Amino acid sequence: MLETAFFYMFGGLAVLAATGVVLARNTMYSVMWLIFCFFNAAGLFFMLDAEFLGIILILIYVGAVMVLFIFVIMMLEINTAVLREGFLQYLPTGGLVALVLLIEFVAASRSGAFSQGAKATAEHFGREVNNTVEIGKLLYTKYLLGFEVAAVILLVALVGAIVLTLRARKDAKYQNISAQVRVRKEDRVRKVRL
Amino acid sequence: MIVLSDYLIVAALLFSLGVIGLFLNRKNVITILMCIELMLLAVNLNLVAFSHYLNDLAGQVFVFFVLTVAASEVAVGLAILVAFYRTRRSIEVEDINTLQG
Repeated sequence: MLETAFFYMFGGLAVLAATGVVLARNTMYSVMWLIFCFFNAAGLFFMLDAEFLGIILILIYVGAVMVLFIFVIMMLEINTAVLREGFLQYLPTGGLVALVLLIEFVAASRSGAFSQGAKATAEHFGREVNNTVEIGKLLYTKYLLGFEVAAVILLVALVGAIVLTLRARKDAKYQNISAQVRVRKEDRVRKVRL
Repeated sequence: MIVLSDYLIVAALLFSLGVIGLFLNRKNVITILMCIELMLLAVNLNLVAFSHYLNDLAGQVFVFFVLTVAASEVAVGLAILVAFYRTRRSIEVEDINTLQG
């Protein structure tokens, strides 16, 4: 029963926080709601015996990605009122699309094997099962190629973000190293007869 | 007892809220990125729930990869946003039209 109570707490708060993300007037409040949503989703991950991913969600998402969002919001000067113009203009279309999606998802999950039967229930693992060790064993053997591709993707994103935001200053003085190396004695020293 | 479909319904609610957010906040690029994060979170929740109930760790490994792609997407997206703001002093989606033919 305690598990059920925690599930409804985490799930309900996650949905509430997601509503806050969508409806908040200030972008900063949206970020705060999203952080709250991530914490509750991490709680749901813990309840699903995925401790490693729950910790990763808090450390990487709340600790890095959302801080990046806050950084950018504070760096840019944003006129929120202009951005909110016509906020409800597309509510009928968007609401219809989202409602149809929701009905489809709920109907698909409530019918068939996911709501009853052997696949719908699972026992929790015992204390001796270490989630991090198990993921590590799988990630470094069967999914090693995917792991390395993920590393390359992160490297490309790193280089891409730097290239996009790098601004060459016109008034800065740089060394021209090849010109320095190629210089000869005659270019620098001139003999004059007095 | 919490069954698998309960988690799927929470994920479906989160995903639908992300879709609504895309339509409502279509002017603000930062909020659009946050709504995409919300939808990716819903997908991750689905993957972890299936991983637990089908007793297969592959789902959690895929959440790992989704997190990687989401992090790089946010980094590049925010970099584009900053570069755009420097030239146009605005982050409205409707101002991003200089490439129109």
